[in-house]
Amino acid sequence: MRHIISILMENEAGALSRVAGLFSARGYNIESLTVAPTEDASLSRMTIVTTGTEAIIEQITKQLNKLIDVVKLADISEGGHIERELMLIKLRASSNTLREEIKRMADIFNGRILDVTEGTYTVELTGSGEKLDAFIGSLDHSTILETVRSGATGISRGERALQI
Amino acid sequence: MKLSGAEIIVQFLKDEGVEHVFGYPGGAVLHIYDAIFQQDAVRHILVRHEQGAVHAADGYARATGKPGVALVTSGPGATNAVTGIATAYMDSIPMVVLTGQVISPYIGSDAFQEVDAVGITRPCVKHNFLVKSLKDLQSTLKKAFYIATTGRPGPVVVDIPKDLTDPNIKIPYKYLETIEMRSYQPTVKGHPGQISKAVDLIRTAKRPMIYSGGGVVLGDASEQLIEFTRHLGSPVTNTLMGLGAYPATDPLFVGMLGMHGTYEANMAMHECDVLIAIGARFDDRVTGDVKKFCPGAKIIHLDIDPSSISKNVKVDIPIVGDIKHVLTDMIQQLKTGEPQPDEKALQKWWKQIEQWRGKNCLRYDRNSALIKPQFVIEKLWEVTGGDTFVTSDVGQHQMFAAQFFKFDKPRRWINSGGLGTMGFGLPAAMGVQIAHPSETVSCVTGEASIQMCIQELSTALQYMLPLKIINLNNRYMGMVRQWQEFFYDKRYSHSYMETLPDFVKLAESYGHVGMRIEKPEDVDGALREAMALKDRLVFMDFITDQTENVYPMIAAGKGHNEMHERELA
Ligand SMILES: Cc1cc2nc3c(=O)[nH]c(=O)nc-3n(C[C@H](O)[C@H](O)[C@H](O)COP(=O)(O)OP(=O)(O)OC[C@H]3O[C@@H](n4cnc5c(N)ncnc54)[C@H](O)[C@@H]3O)c2cc1C
Ligand SMILES: Cc1ncc(C[n+]2csc(CCOP(=O)(O)OP(=O)(O)O)c2C)c(N)n1
Ligand SMILES: [Mg+2]
Repeated sequence: MRHIISILMENEAGALSRVAGLFSARGYNIESLTVAPTEDASLSRMTIVTTGTEAIIEQITKQLNKLIDVVKLADISEGGHIERELMLIKLRASSNTLREEIKRMADIFNGRILDVTEGTYTVELTGSGEKLDAFIGSLDHSTILETVRSGATGISRGERALQI
Repeated sequence: MKLSGAEIIVQFLKDEGVEHVFGYPGGAVLHIYDAIFQQDAVRHILVRHEQGAVHAADGYARATGKPGVALVTSGPGATNAVTGIATAYMDSIPMVVLTGQVISPYIGSDAFQEVDAVGITRPCVKHNFLVKSLKDLQSTLKKAFYIATTGRPGPVVVDIPKDLTDPNIKIPYKYLETIEMRSYQPTVKGHPGQISKAVDLIRTAKRPMIYSGGGVVLGDASEQLIEFTRHLGSPVTNTLMGLGAYPATDPLFVGMLGMHGTYEANMAMHECDVLIAIGARFDDRVTGDVKKFCPGAKIIHLDIDPSSISKNVKVDIPIVGDIKHVLTDMIQQLKTGEPQPDEKALQKWWKQIEQWRGKNCLRYDRNSALIKPQFVIEKLWEVTGGDTFVTSDVGQHQMFAAQFFKFDKPRRWINSGGLGTMGFGLPAAMGVQIAHPSETVSCVTGEASIQMCIQELSTALQYMLPLKIINLNNRYMGMVRQWQEFFYDKRYSHSYMETLPDFVKLAESYGHVGMRIEKPEDVDGALREAMALKDRLVFMDFITDQTENVYPMIAAGKGHNEMHERELA
């Protein structure tokens, strides 16, 4: 099963490598990992997407909680939640047909064209991982010059909030 | 008071109540050594190898419950310390290791004697720090001691760049009595709902079994374990790490369990209906095949570390908390409520256990013309009246010590269980002796293990540590040989210790007393003679039966009811 674990941790040098090291040392899967400071500069928020049996996920959350730098964590996929990933994708747009096609697909997927040159369009798209996959799937692969994805971030729905 | 970083370290250690530091100097810690030189409140013990420093600090911690402290230089000093740190980590030993680091502006430049100590030790510490500025030095040290000694204990490394210890840069210092960490708050009290669930289950037990481990020693909860066990009238077993937490001479004690545990302990595990695990972590040496583990039992597990619970074996009633607190609560509820333990069922259960016990699974050939290692351990117990600390190395001799020495008190049996570090025994014994100068400290070792930290004989002379070294010399890496005999068709690949030194001469050349004992009838006399040499280290080289094996044995992947036993004529 796929789980999204959100972590509030001390914004300390080395905190990220403790988490990454834990996953590799114990052989847990990491699908993606994102991290950035929060509104409180002393705290970072990390989102890890991982897969495993219930027993493994239980161990993952316990082991993460055990890290001294971890202040609090939640498996947000246990309840209602919103998940978003950002993708920037650079596409070959060397002909009118290509440009039209990219604009049309970007519209359908609620994407935005951020940068235009004579031969390229760069599109920004946010959504679930599946949506980003679907966008890529709808393109002619030979036109893709570069893609970059942020990995998933997420937040619980409603009143539930991960805070200290 | 204005102090330099080096002075802050020494002053802080003193204020924190640290009396001994085990260490080895080098460039990155010279300012600290200079500060040590100028005071005498904190005593520095100079070892001969950094591994020895950390094991000595570890032995000190195990024997006292206080955190052990080691000090090493950057680079090779730090890497030499790693085995010791990992050893302490696996057995949850409270310890603070201070490593010197190159000056801050050089970090990351492959400077002379630079290693990423924080990176190298990260997977084998409870936590570690690189101190970034002088103003953070004291609070970091305080956090290190707090983390090392609370919750599930463990080693903490503090890496200190040399420029932060500069004698010319001084800042105000006032001892920090306490520290708060929002990200670290270990649970102490058990959840009342879980405790009463456990109590209810225990009341239904017809065949209870208590499986207790190192947590009882670490949590100083021996007294509570004894009261709890006696109230229930339940059989109790200890892991290798828990030995002494329940007195071995008490009839309720059924011996150690696991791979080399007793028949009665393992069978009682297999047949019990309620298993109460207390401060034990279901290690693979204990459980054997987890699919065959305690097939008919409901399991209660009490542990301070949530990640120990349901890691290897899924349990029915977990209780997270400190053993002393939780057992106190449980005892109180058990004593007052109803029903009380089912005497009839217990009688039946004990009848069965006595039958298992009657197999006398630890029997060995007492008429052998060769010295049996078991016999030496029995004699050690007899000659000392059981009143000695015993450290050990790793191998058959370790198992014989665990099986045959009846530990009646906690913190008396000091060995590396989790990592199984050969070389641990001698330096650990030094740490114990430093902590308890007037007690007898025996080190049970093997001719292979002892050579891994043999240089510490020199330290022992410098500090006049009158250790009693019991070398069970079988001219083999006995434990390896045993596995090769059983599982590799007697292909003894590289398990033979050739070209052994003359240990008597070796001990003498280090300034100690050496003895070689070759006949069973000389064992008793030699031990008595050695023990009578109160102020000398005595190295006893017992030439033992080369073919002896450790029984019973559960092969890897087998269940508790599938033990190999000794066949005797
Ligand atoms: C050659 C060799 C053979 C071995 N054979 C055996 C064998 O036959 N049998 C055997 O038992 N072992 C054997 N071992 C040792 C084995 O590898 C493990 O080290 C040992 O079984 C672990 O003991 P433990 O479960 O008591 O855990 P420990 O490592 O002592 O862990 C203690 C547990 O208690 C918890 N704890 C700590 N403090 C507290 C507190 N205050 N309150 C609550 N909980 C607390 C911790 O979180 C942890 O889960 C062998 C080792 C070697 C090297
Ligand atoms: C540092 C280290 N290296 C290797 C091992 C693997 N090992 C476990 S027991 C053993 C043999 C120990 O021999 P000895 O000290 O003579 O003890 P004996 O088993 O003969 O009593 C070895 C090599 C280990 N535990 N530690
Ligand atoms: Mg040997």
